[in-house]
Amino acid sequence: MPLYLTEDQVMLRDTARDFMAAEGSIASQLRKYRDMDCKDGFGHALWKQMAELGLTGILVDEADGGLGLGHVEAGIVLEEIGRNLTPSPFLVTAVAVVEALRGTGQRTRWLPGILAGETVASLAVDEGPKHRPEAIEMRAERSGNGFRLNGRKQFVVQGASADLIVTAARTNEGLTLFAVDKDSKGLEIEGVRLADSSIGARIDYRDVEVDADAVIGEVGEGEAVLRRVLDAGRAGAASEMVGLGSQAMTMTVDYLKQRKQFGKLIGEFQSLQHRASHLYSELEIARSAAIKAQQLLDEGSDDAEAMVSVAKAKAGRASTLAVQEGVQMHGGIGMTDEYDIGLYMKRDRVLNELFGDPAYHADKLARMKGY
Amino acid sequence: MADLDDFRRETRLWLEASCPAEMREPMRDETDACWGGRKPTFKNDAQKAWMDAMAGRGWTVPDWPVEYGGGGLSPAETKILKQEMAAIGARNPLMSFGISMLGPALLKYGTEEQKKRFLPEIARGEIRWCQGYSEPGAGSDLASLQTKCEDKGDHWLVNGQKVWTSYADKADWIFCLVRTDPEAPKHKGISFILFDMASPGVSTRPILLISGNSPFCETFFDDVRVPKDQVVGELNKGWDVAKYLLGHEREMISGMGLGGQTGSLGEALVEQIGRDSEGRLADPILRADIARFDVDAMAFRAMSERFIDELKAGMAHPAQPSMMKYAGTELNKTRHELVMAAGGSNALEWESDRSRKGKAAREWLRTKANSIEGGTSEVQLGIVAKHILQLPGT
Repeated sequence: MPLYLTEDQVMLRDTARDFMAAEGSIASQLRKYRDMDCKDGFGHALWKQMAELGLTGILVDEADGGLGLGHVEAGIVLEEIGRNLTPSPFLVTAVAVVEALRGTGQRTRWLPGILAGETVASLAVDEGPKHRPEAIEMRAERSGNGFRLNGRKQFVVQGASADLIVTAARTNEGLTLFAVDKDSKGLEIEGVRLADSSIGARIDYRDVEVDADAVIGEVGEGEAVLRRVLDAGRAGAASEMVGLGSQAMTMTVDYLKQRKQFGKLIGEFQSLQHRASHLYSELEIARSAAIKAQQLLDEGSDDAEAMVSVAKAKAGRASTLAVQEGVQMHGGIGMTDEYDIGLYMKRDRVLNELFGDPAYHADKLARMKGY
Repeated sequence: MADLDDFRRETRLWLEASCPAEMREPMRDETDACWGGRKPTFKNDAQKAWMDAMAGRGWTVPDWPVEYGGGGLSPAETKILKQEMAAIGARNPLMSFGISMLGPALLKYGTEEQKKRFLPEIARGEIRWCQGYSEPGAGSDLASLQTKCEDKGDHWLVNGQKVWTSYADKADWIFCLVRTDPEAPKHKGISFILFDMASPGVSTRPILLISGNSPFCETFFDDVRVPKDQVVGELNKGWDVAKYLLGHEREMISGMGLGGQTGSLGEALVEQIGRDSEGRLADPILRADIARFDVDAMAFRAMSERFIDELKAGMAHPAQPSMMKYAGTELNKTRHELVMAAGGSNALEWESDRSRKGKAAREWLRTKANSIEGGTSEVQLGIVAKHILQLPGT
């Protein structure tokens, strides 16, 4: 398979690009909900509109009413979300959680709401400030015909407005994923506003009782499912960062063509030209890594996991470079809230932490390669 | 798709039967490469057999048309051939500036007669070419070159000097940039000319480099007579040919040292550094540097794959080779810094048999030229700024 978009994928990209630029723009979404201090941090109306386009079911099998497309297509949508900093449950709900529900009995319970743009689902994995899914301590003890969950989670994206919280916990048999309803007794959810004005909830589980049929997949076999879910999320986050970084670069290069100092356009200065070109190069490499990782995921290749880590790490570094150069090259106005470039810097930091930062993924790659 | 599956199956069978075992071992150094030429030096029979077998199918240049000695393969078939060769570790049967640089320029700009005359012998590895571009006063500012080429009625007369001519002392022919109109603006008076290195008046002098090797030469032209039909493209429009060819050179250099490498650097280096009690590479800071390199290298490999796919589909930006050349060569330099760090004082040995005559150190030093030759990193960044980002200024 060639490593570029097919004709159908280009059509999807054009549709997603037009839609996000028109409906998901910074003014109409991010700033609007931020400035009204929205408790969810995103607009439900847009989530519904995305459902009408079929996007919330992009990874859902056709038999279950979805579009039945792959990770490459999800990445195409996320790149456009990244460009516009569109706050949306798409990454966690339509990519990560849909991946968790794939082929399970939970499908019929949760997919219709997601397809309709009515349900928001989130993923509760992290227990400390850094992403370490290998070190999950949260317990799930057998109780009656189900389980009792005890522990704490944090950085649960959209956790404060989610109907479903997919939760990773340890049973005696091993790691297991549970579909936890937001109304479960013993669940204490604290919505926490993050630097980018999105909400990453902290959740306390105190003797939260769930039925046996809340188990996603098999008891004790959550590790493989979680790996699949996280890899879907990581590849998606990589694409979102590629989009974010690309737009930050475009804004910055445009600024270099307008701003005059010392009687010249600052874009004429070689010191800035070379840095801009280096940034372009890093972003193109990151984009290639993200598409490659998604193609491998879609093929079910054994090489996918390593490439996903490469993509998440590379896209994270490239996107961080883009926002840092962006603010620096904008100069003083880059520090103002009025200009959008600073919003890109904040979102980049959040996406870098989500599902593991570049250091985590470089270490993971090294372990996978046996060093 | 069924046709491609058949092609893959047949290719696999043929390679299995035709690629000698010695040609499936990784190349140990530059001397393992097969360069062909009028007076070829083969390290062993296997090397010759492998080159001849591949040339017999036109697979030294799989995507060139059959009438010019190529294999006539489609982009998809070419990719399959490369994949199947990589799968058995088959070496490149023929290293050649004729293939990587001159051939594409002849295919685009050559006359039918020139194509028929020069391309098949390139494909068969019969003529070894070198490139006459840089001059002592024309490095990054290549278009200021001064080598003079005068119209003498029935022939051209070439006088001047080239430098950094790779393997000029071993080459049979040269493709050369010369000034045919000294009055015109510097980009507009240049022509692209071909001639035999055995012509009277041509002499070469190898240049000793910091690696202790001499892959490059100074090349002198003293009243060299060249037949009239050996200019490629229009007279005084050689800069167009040169730029096109530089694109191909940049592609080649961008893949150097990384193209053939499939594993990770950490895997390759861990045993010589040793492991800690948890099995990790024992030096934690070096491990982090290597892991970061592996992220960059694997991402760049995806970029290379995408670039080649886009190139074959006619989708690549014309200035994209500059970005590839910049990124690939900088990465390769980093790689060799890490290899040296991992090797410690072992890697410093310069002459011992133990160090295979200073292989690590000499290769490390060789890579420093990667970001200079074929246009410096700074020149590439300038090209990207101008042609892709469309930033203002010269």
